[in-house]
Amino acid sequence: MKCSEFLRELTDYLDGVMDAGTKSELEEHLAWCHNCYVVCDTTKKTIEIYRDAQLYELPEDLETRLRSAIATKCQQRRKAGPEGTSS
Amino acid sequence: MGAIQPKVSEPATDELALVEAAKAGDVGAFEELVRRYDRNVFRIAQHITQNREDAEDVVQDAFFKAYSNLNQFQGQSKFYTWLVRIAVNEALMKLRRRRPERTVSLDEDVKTEDDSVPREVADWSPNPEQQYTQAELREILDRTIHGLPATFRTVFVLRDVEGLSTEETAEALDLSVPAVKSRLLRARLQLRERLNKYFQKRERNDGPQRPRSGDNNQ
Repeated sequence: MKCSEFLRELTDYLDGVMDAGTKSELEEHLAWCHNCYVVCDTTKKTIEIYRDAQLYELPEDLETRLRSAIATKCQQRRKAGPEGTSS
Repeated sequence: MGAIQPKVSEPATDELALVEAAKAGDVGAFEELVRRYDRNVFRIAQHITQNREDAEDVVQDAFFKAYSNLNQFQGQSKFYTWLVRIAVNEALMKLRRRRPERTVSLDEDVKTEDDSVPREVADWSPNPEQQYTQAELREILDRTIHGLPATFRTVFVLRDVEGLSTEETAEALDLSVPAVKSRLLRARLQLRERLNKYFQKRERNDGPQRPRSGDNNQ
């Protein structure tokens, strides 16, 4: 297996969605190709770091304000005969 | 090396009942759906628009649009996937308005070679994120993802941050599954490449490398 072939399969490998045969071919490549091992490992870390970082959490005061604004708009819509409700 | 463990989604057993109640005019039931998903919609909107005010507008507009069009939701997909689809469209519209000089489309013809081939291969420290304070790390991650094209950013956030499946991501973005996979691979590889300079193992133990101000990775 060439490195370019390994890279093409990287997303499925990281997501764990592949047949056992392809998986063992990839792991055989990983066992001797240090570059692909590093790319695979650091890509996995990239995903985990972003997932755990909790970027852009909605602050509580803003959440309260948004919920109230949405509820008001929906109530007004309902009173006006919203398309989205059945009579 | 093991696969990434998928995020476990919350059970949505009563979700359809809430949607049906909201369709019948129960605003309280819709408010419960807002409570469940407003944080997710906000995160997605802010990732796409990269602007706090726009993200606030997207949350309001997406939920209001969902409420107004509930009858069009037929229950073939999850309510959340349907809602994300509305929110992504609203967020992309904001982005287009803000940056009219740049066409923003999820269908844009993206090059398939070269730009994702790793150029720099360097091992990272075992726990690279621990080299930085929480605030520094957020700034690095924020700035780095900001530099990705909107189409890659959107696929990455839905699939890897929010934990939608590949099929759900394809449905929410109206893309084919192979298109999602190709964008996801390239988003992941480009982020990895851009994070290299912050996280790679250093020869000497001379403290964490600080992000340089004004370095916006564009």
